[in-house]
Amino acid sequence: MRAFEYAAPKERRQALGLLGRSWGDTEILAGGTDLLSLMKDDIVTPKRLVNIKGVAGPELHAIMRKQNGVQIGALVHLADLPSASDIRERYPMLADAAMEAASPQIRNMATMGGNICQRPRCWYFRNGFGLLGQKDGKSLVMEGDNRYHAILGNEGPAYFVSPSSIVPSLIAYGAKVTLASASGTREVALEKFFVIPKDENQREHDLRPDEMLTLVTLPAPPAGAKVAHYEVRQKAAFDWPLATCAALLEMNGGTVKSARIVMGHVAPIPWVSNEAAQAMAGKPVTEETADAAGAAAVANAKSLGRNGYKIKLARVAVKRAILMAAKGGQA
Amino acid sequence: MADKYAWPAENERAYIGKRISRVDGPFKVSGRAKYTYDYNPKGLLYGAVLRSPYPKARIVSIDTSAAEKMPGVKSVHIVQKDPTGKPVTIQFAGDDVVAVAAQTEDQAEDALRAIKIQWEVLPHFVQDEKEPSGPLQGPTVMSQDDLVGALSNQMPQGQLIQQLKTNGVSFKVDDEFIKQMKQFNIPQPIIDAVQQAPYHPEAQNQPQSPYKEVRNETKGDPDSGFKSADVTHEGLYGSTVITHCCMEAHGVVAEWPDPDHLLVHISTQSVSSMPGQIAGGLKAQGVNIDAANIRVEQQNVGGGFGSKFSADRWGVYVPMLSKKAGGAPVKVMLERDAELEVAGARPSHYARVKIAATRDGKITAWDANGWGTGGPGGGAAPPLPYVFDVPNQRNRYISVSTNTGPSRAWRAPQHPQAAVITMGALEDLAAKLNMNPVEFFRKNIEYVTEARRQIYLDELDIADKMMNFSSRWHPRGQGGSGMMRQGLGLSIHTWGGRGHNSNCDFTIHPDGSVDIKMGTQDLGTGTRTAILIVAADTLGIPMEQINLHIGDSSYPTSGGSGGSTTIGGVSSSTRRGAVDARDALFAKVAPALGSTPDKLVARNGKIFVEGDESKALTWKQACAKIGPMPITVQGKNPGPENLTNSGVGGVQMADVSVDTETGIVKVNKMVAVQDCGLVIDLKTAESQVLGALVMGVSYALFEEKIYDPSTGVMLNDNMEFYRLAGLGDIPEMQVHMMTGKGYDERGVIGLAEPPTVSPGAAISNAVANAIGVRVPYLPITPDRVLQALESEEKGARA
Repeated sequence: MRAFEYAAPKERRQALGLLGRSWGDTEILAGGTDLLSLMKDDIVTPKRLVNIKGVAGPELHAIMRKQNGVQIGALVHLADLPSASDIRERYPMLADAAMEAASPQIRNMATMGGNICQRPRCWYFRNGFGLLGQKDGKSLVMEGDNRYHAILGNEGPAYFVSPSSIVPSLIAYGAKVTLASASGTREVALEKFFVIPKDENQREHDLRPDEMLTLVTLPAPPAGAKVAHYEVRQKAAFDWPLATCAALLEMNGGTVKSARIVMGHVAPIPWVSNEAAQAMAGKPVTEETADAAGAAAVANAKSLGRNGYKIKLARVAVKRAILMAAKGGQA
Repeated sequence: MADKYAWPAENERAYIGKRISRVDGPFKVSGRAKYTYDYNPKGLLYGAVLRSPYPKARIVSIDTSAAEKMPGVKSVHIVQKDPTGKPVTIQFAGDDVVAVAAQTEDQAEDALRAIKIQWEVLPHFVQDEKEPSGPLQGPTVMSQDDLVGALSNQMPQGQLIQQLKTNGVSFKVDDEFIKQMKQFNIPQPIIDAVQQAPYHPEAQNQPQSPYKEVRNETKGDPDSGFKSADVTHEGLYGSTVITHCCMEAHGVVAEWPDPDHLLVHISTQSVSSMPGQIAGGLKAQGVNIDAANIRVEQQNVGGGFGSKFSADRWGVYVPMLSKKAGGAPVKVMLERDAELEVAGARPSHYARVKIAATRDGKITAWDANGWGTGGPGGGAAPPLPYVFDVPNQRNRYISVSTNTGPSRAWRAPQHPQAAVITMGALEDLAAKLNMNPVEFFRKNIEYVTEARRQIYLDELDIADKMMNFSSRWHPRGQGGSGMMRQGLGLSIHTWGGRGHNSNCDFTIHPDGSVDIKMGTQDLGTGTRTAILIVAADTLGIPMEQINLHIGDSSYPTSGGSGGSTTIGGVSSSTRRGAVDARDALFAKVAPALGSTPDKLVARNGKIFVEGDESKALTWKQACAKIGPMPITVQGKNPGPENLTNSGVGGVQMADVSVDTETGIVKVNKMVAVQDCGLVIDLKTAESQVLGALVMGVSYALFEEKIYDPSTGVMLNDNMEFYRLAGLGDIPEMQVHMMTGKGYDERGVIGLAEPPTVSPGAAISNAVANAIGVRVPYLPITPDRVLQALESEEKGARA
């Protein structure tokens, strides 16, 4: 690891004042479960590290009911989500997704904000070939081994997949994130927070170098909504999924009034499938309608060469999430 | 008394063959056990290693001058220096190039970044899965580069000599070259072979193909064997390159207490051979030290699996860094990425097999076209067909040289891959005959070596009952109608496992305490426990009363722990040492018991006259008669009486579920039936088999070394995409050890490798039984399962 300047501010204002103007100046340290390995591997080399874990006040640390919704501080540990009654009872899909993430040790350290801002696991990125995995202007992903890469939103030059298995559930619930800087705060729909970078100098989200993600706000869950989160994972536990889906179904008697279908690990951003949602609208949930929604979700998917099987997996993930939601309890 | 060393009869064993918990278990689970990594002497310097970013490149120049001046840097050592002064060509990404020692890890890493290397990047080749196409290497004439490469990649001596003899060299071997080889401690038989090798200067400009035919043999008459058959099957089988992935990485702590003595802590499977290896390596660096002045210590090792026999580059450059730093201790433990890239690989083996049988299930012919890679040096052919030596066979094998980390012995070298190919082809043929594979294997048992026919038949019976295999078996593809399919599979295997050379000092002190010193190592298999069991049963005292010292090269030499040779070696040397020490004690106490030594018995903490337990001394009372000087004898294997043996058989069965929509395989249950002669400790023996099944599930479903075709680097050099089975992936496992009459009298035989051979084949067969189609290659990942299902669908439509 390279030498860096270390700051551990006690106040939010101090913390924001320590952030840099451009990427590479500063990184924010919270759980460190991703950042420290990036620094050890010399992939990220900040001049300054701002440890925000000591910042005082409930804003960053608490889960708080707000009006009918809930606010989750950026420093809330993943392990705390399933055990919080506000989350477990009202947002069970989020509790499930958090329980499925990584390992108990990691969930005890990793934070909500860090999970949203974690960097892609693309093996070209992690081997030092840059976020886009390019060498001499050519995409190593396209020329090489893309078995885990994107099947949607993969027009290039970004082919990695969005790594969070929790974010799709948050988006399905309509989460917003609060981004704070020394000059103020802004609120962004989580769905819009993620962007597909067009060049090596961009990041995969809308966070600016001088900003800090402070809060995740969830609106009240739609009354009577049925939810489920499904991960296609090779190992039973502690494994990056090959495809995931979060499904939220608002019901009108026996038929789906409207649906939110959000896929993970299939595109450089969490992938909101309006096609799948439309396919379900006005339909009862059956094996056939769920499968048709899965088919609609991957209608525009494209293999990069070695990841064609992921199209099938994404389709299955959508189908199973919808079927599980219909069978499961109410949100 | 010719048989005084023979293993005690069953009624005389207090420990042997019982379930005894391993003696070092509490130390390991409480963190008190010290590993190489835990050794942190005062003034320790941290080493860091600059590794090649390129899979193939010539080093034009190395400039370390800036690094040497960096703060905290105490020594710098260039690892890649050719003895002849020629530029070195790197053959795989991640190879060690320059090592640095500094006061902190960060300083060492900073220093690496200050090293300037001028590379001439050369074209590389990392592809091994596709069937070789293109020209084969002619009889390979070795260039000087080839020879240096073969030496540094530890090509087996016999193979190298044979290659030099048949194919010759493309460069002029002059006196200067011979002198340099001698300086670098190259074994004399190799030097002789180089000197006598035919000289082919015309071969200098030959283009090099990565493909080399290393086997082409025909036995019997395959053509008529296929003609006379009723059913023929052709299939593709294989397993990709995997790595050892030891929990404890390779690593060394070295220090020179004075300029003539070297102390080394190294993670190794072969404590006794380390001083000689390290002395040889240092000599090549111009540092002369007698092996006798090198002491190697290692109390615990976190796994080896065949990857830790060599002192390795780091076993030499860490002592060099220490020497250059004035003798201060220097530590280098491989980072996980380096561990996966350079410190272990199991060769890949693939084959297109054609196999035929009569209608009633008798195999008539076998034809295999195989290929695979063991890294830059290519690799040897696997033993095909495996276990079943069917009549009328043709075997061809092409070794593929790739710019990937060189292979090392991986638990049962070549056997798991050979089993995947052979058992897969057999199971496919049985499926074509619509025959339960248990029945099919029985029908062909005459092709198994006679010594093990009955063992396999007995084991097949037992395994069948444990798994309810035959009662639950269904023809291929009838494993259910929904998306989840269930299937059963079978494989059988063999191994040698005779005890290696082993020596120990066995001492009985006048106060009744006992100690054993042996230069062996406990890889986590229970070697310590086994030695204590044998000693305690021989002396008739509790295990706790015996002090055991291992893991130190200053103790009597004992073989490396490989090839399942340790249990036979250490139990035999211990038995002989204990018998001789006990008999020496009998001689001292016989007069006091009014008897003669040959009439005495040591049992239950007493020494007494056989048939008259009233004439007895307690162990302590007896030892008090020794006099002031303790009794010390040396136990040796081999020695009189053959206490160890070779040749085992095992049968394994797997029950799997396959999700045909996702291609995800879940192993539900595995059954292993295994013989290994006389079992010393039933508990650690069963644990050994359980561990093998876990490792087997891992390589069957998850493990694969993935290389990037364009950059030639290993892409999954971490433990997130180099997957290992986790707790949730481990099935129900049942183990049955064959013991008692017919087994015990064979003597002690090693057990480490055999149970690792079959899991991959049995799981692959179970998956084929479940989904009705063969997934050709291991690991059986979702993409491969879906692809196999898709090709089956296409085939059905066509």
